[in-house]
Amino acid sequence: MIEVRNLVKEYGNKKVVDNVSTKIRDRSITSFIGPNGAGKSTLLSMISRITHKNEGDILIEGKEIEKWNSGDLAKKISILKQSNHINIRLTIWELVSFGRFPYSQGNLTKEDKRYINEAIGYMRLDDIQHKYLDELSGGQRQRAYIAMVIAQNTDYILLDEPLNNLDMKHSVEIMKILRRLVDELGKTIAIVIHDINFASCYSDYIVALKDGKVVEEGNTEKIINKNILGNIYDLDFKIQSMENMKLCVYF
Amino acid sequence: MSIKNKINILGFISLILIGLFVFIGLNSNNWAYLLSRRIPKVIAIIITGGAIAFSSLIFQTITNNRILTPSVLGLDSLYILIQTFIIFIFGSNNLIVINQNLNFIISIGLMIVFSWLLYKFLFQKKKNNIMNLLLVGLILGTLFQSVSAFMQMMIDPNEFLHIQDKMFASFNNINTNILLLSIAILMAIGLYSYRYLKILDVLSLGREHSINLGVNHDKTTKSMLLIISILVSVSTALVGPITFLGLLVVNLSREFLKTYKHKYLIIGSILISVLALVGGQLLTERVFNFSTPISVIINFVGGFYFIYLLLKENAQ
Repeated sequence: MIEVRNLVKEYGNKKVVDNVSTKIRDRSITSFIGPNGAGKSTLLSMISRITHKNEGDILIEGKEIEKWNSGDLAKKISILKQSNHINIRLTIWELVSFGRFPYSQGNLTKEDKRYINEAIGYMRLDDIQHKYLDELSGGQRQRAYIAMVIAQNTDYILLDEPLNNLDMKHSVEIMKILRRLVDELGKTIAIVIHDINFASCYSDYIVALKDGKVVEEGNTEKIINKNILGNIYDLDFKIQSMENMKLCVYF
Repeated sequence: MSIKNKINILGFISLILIGLFVFIGLNSNNWAYLLSRRIPKVIAIIITGGAIAFSSLIFQTITNNRILTPSVLGLDSLYILIQTFIIFIFGSNNLIVINQNLNFIISIGLMIVFSWLLYKFLFQKKKNNIMNLLLVGLILGTLFQSVSAFMQMMIDPNEFLHIQDKMFASFNNINTNILLLSIAILMAIGLYSYRYLKILDVLSLGREHSINLGVNHDKTTKSMLLIISILVSVSTALVGPITFLGLLVVNLSREFLKTYKHKYLIIGSILISVLALVGGQLLTERVFNFSTPISVIINFVGGFYFIYLLLKENAQ
């Protein structure tokens, strides 16, 4: 479990994340929702030690993040940010092989190669695995990055807007894969997501942030509610149930 | 063609050029004299080429930028400032000017202390902000240049000639004692950096990916920056400012080897660097009869290549 207590991040005088306490429960998908600038990405960055926190505690399996050895933590938790521009020219296979760095420090073993090929298979990238990243479409590239995270084989996977720039087909595909990672492989996934209907249909828990504070949190059933969502987004919501799924209409 | 074959070819051509450079025009009367002049020169070329190639490559990796060279850290300008200052204050007959060993040690020492202070100051205030470092380095570099120019205009024109000698890289008059010291420093750095080869591959993915993969990004960047300053200091104090060469050779080796792996890129860049320098030195000595310093040729070719790179990056 990942637990966050009284977390604060300031840029100058502005508190981007303001006294946030929450939990990411094991073997589930937790979605972080909220308006732009609510501090969702910053929160995820701090949990993955990419951004330093100002105050508060981040406990990963009960141990404070700063007490973890960075190399060991890389086998426990992985993050994929929303913009992934890489300056060097890599093929999909080479990119995914970087996911094994925490284990092999760059000298790939047979086992590493098995994980890499599995991850590529999982994301259905087999037939294009030797193509260069700059030859791929946005969706394929996003899948390649997720394959790298899968090869890293961590218990916790944090994804910052994984559906950014993807069409509906690819978005659904990726969410289904995330669901499988949780249900079949027992991973714990936290995502920042903007599309409320994707959050509603695929996540177990939802944490809603606004102005750097947690305004609502709980299981999906509870949060997908006309009044709660209306309060978060300042919009009129209508919730429709359809084939066991709750869909939000706010247009 | 595999990467290893490409590297073998580069190594082979380098050996031929070195052979040509050392053995051309030798006969039974002059061989002892010529060899005593040429061998230190070739060693100096290999050392400088290696230091420049290595430092430029890791600098581009930690900044994630293919068109930067360590010269933006301002070390070249600091070197000119040190030389100008010594002559400005003490005159050209002073011991520090005449004794090359002393001058070498003072220059290296000051450059390393300068970069250490720069890193310490900047990284203490703002963690991991490399762009800040580059900007401050660039500004300080310009400041050093202006101060040097100011002093150069005030001194006796005859004294200025001594400074002018230092302003352009040159492989003539290499002092053997300095050479031994440089070799020792480079060997130590080579051994120290060996374990960083794979980590550098990860660093080229950028800061966030490296942290995600468990690399201690801040600490590694700092060690690499320190290595870069030592390398640049050694090569600058040995032959003069020549960091522009790095841009040329690192990018050529990327284009030629088409890989991201530092273990190949480093060897490739060093070999191309040696190729360029030995070839350039052959040109200056045998074709231009010492009328042009080698750095002029390198800056000329490098300048064109730089413009080509800018246009190419722009087109993407």
